[in-house]
Amino acid sequence: MDFLVIQALTGLASASSLFLVASGLTLIFGVTRIVNFAHGSLFMLGAYGAWTFTSGLGWAAHAGPLGFWGGVLLSALAVAALGALVEVVLLRRIYQAPALFPLLATFGLALMIEDLVRLVWGPEDLLGPRAPGLEGAVTILGQKLPAYDLALIALGPMVLAGLWWVLHRTHWGVLVRAATQDRAMVGALGVDQSRLFTGVFALGAFLAALGGAVQVPREAVHHALDMQVIVEAFVIVVVGGLGNVVGAFLAAVLVAELNAFGILLFPRIGLVLLFLVMAVVLVLRPHGLLGRPEGETRAAVPPTAGCWRPAGATGWAVGLALAGLLALLPLVADAYVVSVAAEILIFALFAASLHLMMGVGGMVSFGHAAWFGLGAYGAALAALGLGAPMAVGLVAGPLLAVAGATVAGWFCVRLSGVFLAMLTLAFAQIAWSVVFQWHEVTGGDNGLLGIWPDRWASDPAAFYWVSLAVCGVAIALLRSIVFSPFGYALRACRDSVARAEAIGIDRVRVQWLGFVMAGGFAGLAGALYAYLKGSVFPEAMAIPVSIDGLVMVLLGGLTTLVGPVVGAVAYKTLAIVVSSWTDHWPLVLGGLIVLLVIAAPDGLAGLARRVARAASRGAGPGGREPAS
Amino acid sequence: MTAALEVHGLRKRFGGVRAVDDVGFTLAIGEMLALIGPNGAGKSTCFNMLTGQVRPDTGAIRLFGRDIAGLPPRRIWRLGVGRTFQVTATFGSMTVAENVQVALMSHHRRLRWPWPRADRLDAGPARDLLALVGMADQAERGCGLLAYGDLKRLELAIALANDPRVLLMDEPTAGMAPRERAALMDLTARIVAERGLSVLFTEHDMDVVFGHADRVLVLDRGRLVAEGTPDEVRADARVRAVYLGDRPPSEAGP
Repeated sequence: MDFLVIQALTGLASASSLFLVASGLTLIFGVTRIVNFAHGSLFMLGAYGAWTFTSGLGWAAHAGPLGFWGGVLLSALAVAALGALVEVVLLRRIYQAPALFPLLATFGLALMIEDLVRLVWGPEDLLGPRAPGLEGAVTILGQKLPAYDLALIALGPMVLAGLWWVLHRTHWGVLVRAATQDRAMVGALGVDQSRLFTGVFALGAFLAALGGAVQVPREAVHHALDMQVIVEAFVIVVVGGLGNVVGAFLAAVLVAELNAFGILLFPRIGLVLLFLVMAVVLVLRPHGLLGRPEGETRAAVPPTAGCWRPAGATGWAVGLALAGLLALLPLVADAYVVSVAAEILIFALFAASLHLMMGVGGMVSFGHAAWFGLGAYGAALAALGLGAPMAVGLVAGPLLAVAGATVAGWFCVRLSGVFLAMLTLAFAQIAWSVVFQWHEVTGGDNGLLGIWPDRWASDPAAFYWVSLAVCGVAIALLRSIVFSPFGYALRACRDSVARAEAIGIDRVRVQWLGFVMAGGFAGLAGALYAYLKGSVFPEAMAIPVSIDGLVMVLLGGLTTLVGPVVGAVAYKTLAIVVSSWTDHWPLVLGGLIVLLVIAAPDGLAGLARRVARAASRGAGPGGREPAS
Repeated sequence: MTAALEVHGLRKRFGGVRAVDDVGFTLAIGEMLALIGPNGAGKSTCFNMLTGQVRPDTGAIRLFGRDIAGLPPRRIWRLGVGRTFQVTATFGSMTVAENVQVALMSHHRRLRWPWPRADRLDAGPARDLLALVGMADQAERGCGLLAYGDLKRLELAIALANDPRVLLMDEPTAGMAPRERAALMDLTARIVAERGLSVLFTEHDMDVVFGHADRVLVLDRGRLVAEGTPDEVRADARVRAVYLGDRPPSEAGP
């Protein structure tokens, strides 16, 4: 019993730090409608900054409590300044863009920050100082609790009270609350929105960094903190209700206590529990515990330029000719190039499946890797557990992915926009943690090894031809689905939900089916991937793979049908080339994403089309609509 | 039976506001019935309860005798009710013809199939509907490129795709030039007569209302305050009060 009390108090101490991060995230979303993926990075910077100011530099270590808390504050202020800079330079350009773009841009930022942190502070874990004056422990009910934890428990409600005071008792706070309810109106009343947004972003960054800085005496500082924190912060903000500070506080306590007791009760499924709670809350209260339904939310994906037309005889002929040319590759290239080419084909299919969901269905997914990974594990388990031949594995993989996507999709399609995107992320994390923690079946961290293609396909060239055939047919199938009656239904729901419902289309069912189809094709790509690599690890379904898919689709152009294939080829080639030059691929990739979002939101295909249109306009009157 | 729609005791509250308060009326077969009222009178709420977008608190809505209150929009559509939107809602990534084809495919329950190529399905009937609203020459254009008046006519074609018996039109002429308005309403009246439809429409433009409605319902603050032919409504003192603000003597204070 006493032990449980201590556990609960430790949970409350963690809740304070989580609340600081989440309150910043929720404030920023409330006012700017941007989900800041880089918020975990600001938390991490706050922690590194505090480490530097309190022990890294040395002088503060001798200055007692003033030095420590001064260092913490200094770090948070420095990060706040950085936040303001980011808002002015980057985010200000994309407030009006569809919800997908700010999410991606801030993710690119997170990648860059993580790599920079590694450059500046090195890859090792850093241990911070104890807080002067709070080094000891307090005895409660015969159990010891660090005094610093008590200080943290007090900090959370203090910050909540402070925020409440700022939001309700200051002129600036009134503006923030007004903007949270109706941005356009606040703008129309002559309030300088730019300054308001910069201020809110700086405040959010300050809170995130403060949350990171106060954690320094409790845990080691390392460069994976950002992803760890952002996922938890997302859960908190979504559960509490986007934009609601009090909701964030309640949810932070809920999540921290779930963590504290989940480890005791279900050590194996702690993470799963967290996301299950989120899924349940979202289904019962789609806008979170204290959230309010949004009026008109902006579209998640940009509208298509012009109409999509079926390929026609010429299109299919070009496609077949291209496949024929690709089939010749093993005759001229060595084994390494051939196996890289097979990987590119597999990711082209993965990107095309994501495009069915996002580009055609209008549902942004931040967890598409889940179905890729399930496909890989399905094939691996069939091959290792049943000794099945490759053909069976290539069916078993997609089937497992379809099963997973059927369950997750049922929840996800009940939401839309960023809420849907975050729920896909949650389900991907559930799938990942199941795979990661279920050692007996999946091998956990060690993965599954020894998944080889049948003998006839084991030669790199033969496997390449198998990949080409499977991916080629699957991509052709995806394209024909787009122009099938079901494809039209899916697009109808994306273009106008109101009109779709008004002509008898059951949006939830159509999107669910689209979600499952996209999952199945991703699973097929994953199954091929397992045979290509000969092994499967949990990384196959981790966040970076989902993001790779998003970048491929975006790079190629979300609003075109050839986009995902072009994007996959360009992205994979770039990744291989850049990785051979430098260890800082994340930095390059992050910069690329940011650049892409700002300079070419319609991707390479869109860029090419714009160039072509400009050229044809120069050549003469050619006002035909673009076919893609 | 002579009624296409029978509405009884329809109510809807939003918080403390009675948006629609005990509204009842009948839409006769073959009739064009206008629903008017000043801003905030409850027209949209009332209309959206008929189309299924808003669920009524209480009340009955009978479509040829069958209660449809509280059904979702897609079910109401399946029962033979077409609708147009105040702010046009069409599928921007499709051509004009495809917009109508999707509605036709949905009507024929073909939309579940991932096979075959859909752009030739129901192409003939789609063209007929577009010809009916005078849009045949624009069938292959991208729907995102249409002028607003053409979008309104496309909406009408889509609304006719399920061969409806009742047509619900939310401000059919909003945002159009005066001449276009008259043309669209003449077109609607002709189709209604040819196909034996019954139409309920909300409208702000009084020329449209008095020129094209067989009967007029007047809503004010959630309640039905007048009902009758255009001439009767025009002469009604309560309607004048609603629109002009002067209260009739019986309601005036001491």
